[in-house]
Amino acid sequence: MSVLSPVASIGRATLSLLASLGRIAIFAVQVVGHIFRPPFYPREFLSALMQIGWFSLPVVGMTALFTGGALALQIYAGGARYGAEAAVPSITAIGMVRELGPVLGGLMVAARVTSSIAAEIGTMKVTEQIDALVTLSTNPLKYLAVPRVVAAVLVMPILVAVGDSIGIAGGWLVGVNQLGFNSAAYLQNTVNFLEFWDVASGLVKGAAFGFIIALMGVFHGMNSGRGAQGVGAATKSAVVAASVLILAANFLLTRVFFTS
Amino acid sequence: MIELSDVHKKFGSNRVLQGVDLVIPKATSMVIIGGSGTGKSVLLKSVLGLVRPDSGTITLDGQDVTTGDRDAFLARFGMLFQGGALFDSLRVWENVAFRLLRGERKLPKPQAREIAIEKLRRVGLKPETADQFPAELSGGMQKRVGLARAIAAEPEIIFFDEPTTGLDPIMSGVINDLIREIVTEMGATAMTITHDMTSVRAIADNVAMLHGGKIRWTGPVSELDATDDPYVQQFIHGRADGPIESVR
Ligand SMILES: Nc1ncnc2c1ncn2[C@@H]1O[C@H](COP(=O)(O)OP(=O)(O)O)[C@@H](O)[C@H]1O
Ligand SMILES: [Mg+2]
Repeated sequence: MSVLSPVASIGRATLSLLASLGRIAIFAVQVVGHIFRPPFYPREFLSALMQIGWFSLPVVGMTALFTGGALALQIYAGGARYGAEAAVPSITAIGMVRELGPVLGGLMVAARVTSSIAAEIGTMKVTEQIDALVTLSTNPLKYLAVPRVVAAVLVMPILVAVGDSIGIAGGWLVGVNQLGFNSAAYLQNTVNFLEFWDVASGLVKGAAFGFIIALMGVFHGMNSGRGAQGVGAATKSAVVAASVLILAANFLLTRVFFTS
Repeated sequence: MIELSDVHKKFGSNRVLQGVDLVIPKATSMVIIGGSGTGKSVLLKSVLGLVRPDSGTITLDGQDVTTGDRDAFLARFGMLFQGGALFDSLRVWENVAFRLLRGERKLPKPQAREIAIEKLRRVGLKPETADQFPAELSGGMQKRVGLARAIAAEPEIIFFDEPTTGLDPIMSGVINDLIREIVTEMGATAMTITHDMTSVRAIADNVAMLHGGKIRWTGPVSELDATDDPYVQQFIHGRADGPIESVR
């Protein structure tokens, strides 16, 4: 083994990462191109809305509730070192709507939805259902990708908004019941402090994460290898890719939104 | 007429098709035989453009299948996949009527459903099957639903990938008759893959044997038994020894 081989393997890994990013980018452009051109598949779209949006509510709600509560506890404990316990409502709210609502919501929905999209479409791929669609004059991108991507982009901001509210409620519950805040004052403080852009930026992030969530599921499903193992590998790659891309996109969006 | 000339396809280092030449005249029934894994399914998929050959040309009525309007091209075809390839999120009748419910020549739902039930009957399935989901059916029933879907829009060219595999002998007979009928009565062009020699004799006008990535032998079904090609002889008589290796 030569001394250069670790370097070579890092180089190879980097190249293959760039290549797959390139393929994902091309795929994304193709999908977006199909969004506005008929035929449209309303039934697939409605079913995607239900699957991605409605059925994700419990997961997103639970995640937000516990996160909001934990956040309030941490901020109280941390704030106590500076005598800044009063900042609990405002910082919980801002942490929730700007970061944790969209990011944790996005990751949880990725775990739930990206995996199921990848497994479903991967199974369709290995059982020749995608080929069958083509022979029945139906474009798989229009029929499978577009409804899911559009549904995810539309529904994620709503999920984030719900998560934000429940997260703030979690903080409020802890604040009032455990940290001795006055209920009305806690809420007043939250409402006064939050600015429009704090909330809106999180919703925009949600839409971007929705795009990533559905796109990764469809992309990896359609490129699934053969057999059950192929579908398993595709599902895993889809969730990993979606999670990493969500975190990367979050960093980029935060930079763009909040550094002036 | 479908014409393949010098078609090559490899997957990685696996050279599946190595120069296939084949002609399927209009309104005739071509049956492809050959051992499993020799690339029969890949051959069908190449014609449809589901698999892109590495080299060679495939033409339909003189026009290269990779050029021209793809929707118009595919609208002329029906295909039964080896595994059925039914959409498991849709009911049986919605599978069968898939093409009828979408696209430019879209039919109203009740009419599409009626046609679907009629096609199901032709493949020997009861109307009750229509509202079931594919996962609720046996393998042989799924295969027949796939067949009903392939013929639902009455395409002029139909590909059948192992239509009778997994069916009992009586049902195989029904399907063989149906395929023959589609060719002789509706004037369709058919290309069928099968391992079942009874089917070959019932369905084929012409037979081609794929072996070693090439068409080893082709000719009218009437000459099949008379050929002295040792590969064909071994295959049609199902002998374990002969030029075709039994470990592949
Ligand atoms: N999409 C694919 N990727 C890689 N290899 C494939 C693919 N499709 C078929 N093959 C390989 O091509 C060969 C021929 O397959 P196939 O056409 O399905 O055989 P059969 O003659 O039994 O229908 C097999 O070795 C199979 O593993
Ligand atoms: Mg096959």
